[in-house]
Amino acid sequence: MGMKTDEKLIVKGKRLDGRKPDEIREIEMKVGVIPNANGSAQVRFGNTIAIAGVYGPRPLFPKHRQESDRAIIQCRYNMAPFSVEERVRPGPSRRAVEISKVTRLALEPALFLKDYPEMVVDVYIEILQADGSTRVTGINAASLALADAGVPMKDLVVALSGGKIDDTIIIDLCGKEDNYSEADIPIAFLPRKKEITLLQMDGQLTPQEIKDILKNILKTGETVYKKQKEVLKKKYEK
Amino acid sequence: MTETRDIVIPGEILGDLKEKKSGYGTFSEDEKIISKFLGIPKDSSGFLSVVPLSGVYIPRRQDKIIGFIISIEKVGWIVDINSPWSAFLSLSEAVDEFVDFKRTDIRRFYDTGDIIYAQVSDVRGSDVQLSMKTPIARKLRDGVTIKITPSKVPRLIGKEGSMINTIKEKTKTIIRVGQNGVVWISGEKVNKAIRAIKLIEEKSHIIGLTDEITKLLSD
Amino acid sequence: MRSGYVLKLLENGERIDGRKLDQFRDIKVETDIVQRAEGSARVKIGKTDVIVGVKTEIGQPFADMPNMGILKTGAEFTPIASPDFESGPPGEDATELARVVDRGIRESDCIDLEKLCIKEGEKAWEIYVDVHIINHDGNLIDASTLAAVAALKKTKIPKLEDDKIIRDKFEKKLPLLHTPITVTVGKIFDKFIVDPLKEEEDVFDSKLSAAVMEDGKICALQKSGENGLSLEDINNMIDLAVKKSKEIRKLL
Repeated sequence: MGMKTDEKLIVKGKRLDGRKPDEIREIEMKVGVIPNANGSAQVRFGNTIAIAGVYGPRPLFPKHRQESDRAIIQCRYNMAPFSVEERVRPGPSRRAVEISKVTRLALEPALFLKDYPEMVVDVYIEILQADGSTRVTGINAASLALADAGVPMKDLVVALSGGKIDDTIIIDLCGKEDNYSEADIPIAFLPRKKEITLLQMDGQLTPQEIKDILKNILKTGETVYKKQKEVLKKKYEK
Repeated sequence: MTETRDIVIPGEILGDLKEKKSGYGTFSEDEKIISKFLGIPKDSSGFLSVVPLSGVYIPRRQDKIIGFIISIEKVGWIVDINSPWSAFLSLSEAVDEFVDFKRTDIRRFYDTGDIIYAQVSDVRGSDVQLSMKTPIARKLRDGVTIKITPSKVPRLIGKEGSMINTIKEKTKTIIRVGQNGVVWISGEKVNKAIRAIKLIEEKSHIIGLTDEITKLLSD
Repeated sequence: MRSGYVLKLLENGERIDGRKLDQFRDIKVETDIVQRAEGSARVKIGKTDVIVGVKTEIGQPFADMPNMGILKTGAEFTPIASPDFESGPPGEDATELARVVDRGIRESDCIDLEKLCIKEGEKAWEIYVDVHIINHDGNLIDASTLAAVAALKKTKIPKLEDDKIIRDKFEKKLPLLHTPITVTVGKIFDKFIVDPLKEEEDVFDSKLSAAVMEDGKICALQKSGENGLSLEDINNMIDLAVKKSKEIRKLL
């Protein structure tokens, strides 16, 4: 965010990678990719790849962290050292700690945690390749992994980013756009009731611009939801 | 192209509360009945339910399960029941005769590694109690155990036991199926039986599975 | 535990301290309270008490921004501030607070970082903004951002002699361009609440923190809390945050 460039990022209605402003990158989704996990999924948006594994519900230790009437969800977002251009030192950065927290809060409202008292559902997200919008890609993968694991859910969780470049609203920011955009807004929502569970923003926008971008993301997000639905049902077609 | 039964995803609307009732694997919201799981929808006696295609075993009272003795306590045994919860089999629920546990090494009844076919007698929070005081309960000797997804057990058993009986007959085996997804097999063609069971686990949602199983068992 | 009582009142649009739903507590802003820091401020919102100290160091600019100074924000939830805080390295809440305060300052271009370059690509001023919670009674984000901005406004850059920092001689004031004000709005039942007490935060559904600039533009948003928000909720919360930010701005 906030880097300045003389380069025009939208030329003749086309973005750096040839996309239209509200076009999402190529999406690839797979479930059941980690045999040891109770549920798992790999999601790719363009060059950003995230893999999520769910373990649980399972016993939670230490005992004092247990909730007597529900399971808790723990979430860890982590970037692999080789996921970015300049190697990232392994270990949680402050950014990863914050993203882990907001990811947990993005997924929690979708789960029926009351069905598993004293247990924990562990969600692990690894970013294998980073080219913008990693946290939303991770959330899409985690949502699939939770469904794959048989954790009861009120709805899937759909996540997508939006922003503004050269005065145009764009959806699904790639890495370069993320750096130069006037704003970056990642959101996650439950599609049936359009309930927003993750919302962050950095940049500079008027309230109206933010509202327009949010409306746009909710609409375009339907495409992501459709893909999630397809890949879950497809797992059982042979 | 194999035909699949409909598969629903979490959050998918199954029906209307005005016409049907919400059964296992579903919840209701705004007068609609909605699926909680990725699974197969069922409609029986006016109840819409969803059988999950995956998920851990959650013990319920009266379930008949197959468990593994994992440790010996003073007055009973801790049992692995293929669930996030482990269970407890107390001495009084395991043995009919009077036993002075201060003087008896209870390993003579059940030792670590033993496999038992038992019933869940009580579940309170994460506290699961087992009982052997039912006619079907026994120690399962020899034989081999495999695990399947607990929600697929009904498919393995089949209507009035038709599926499991076919497998038993054709492979000349004794098979005990625990509702917790643990299956115990002993007899002649154990490997063939295992192949059949694994096929059911993989393809439980495919129509025409019965024919495929029959074919596999006839070879 | 009063949470049942807090909820009951809120359902009726009332609060345990008698405030209106969109009313802030009394706010006190004091600056220059720590002599050793290049800038400092203490903000009290009701019983919430936050001190921010600003220190300046010399460092190397980032490779992709060779002519700009560097901003680093940290936060500590010291155990003295609340029975809920434990000693040890910053947990996820402290980390989140630091990053949200940082975002408000950074994205608004609050500090004129270009003017902090000493030698392009080699040397630049590093501005360390450290948030220290003294007493936690809710709304830490708003209090911390306000204290940070108040501290930055009073921060002086020390003199540089032969590449050495002379800490008691000052060169100039820290060059600032904008003043972000962060307002956090909570939602419970169908009510929107501003400046929550800790007891109120404990029962909230969801919160949205918005960093607002002088011209009404928003430079940072952070949703927190365990429940979802509708688009309409978010629109209303943003509007309320912008409205309240104008009042708070007058205190600076």
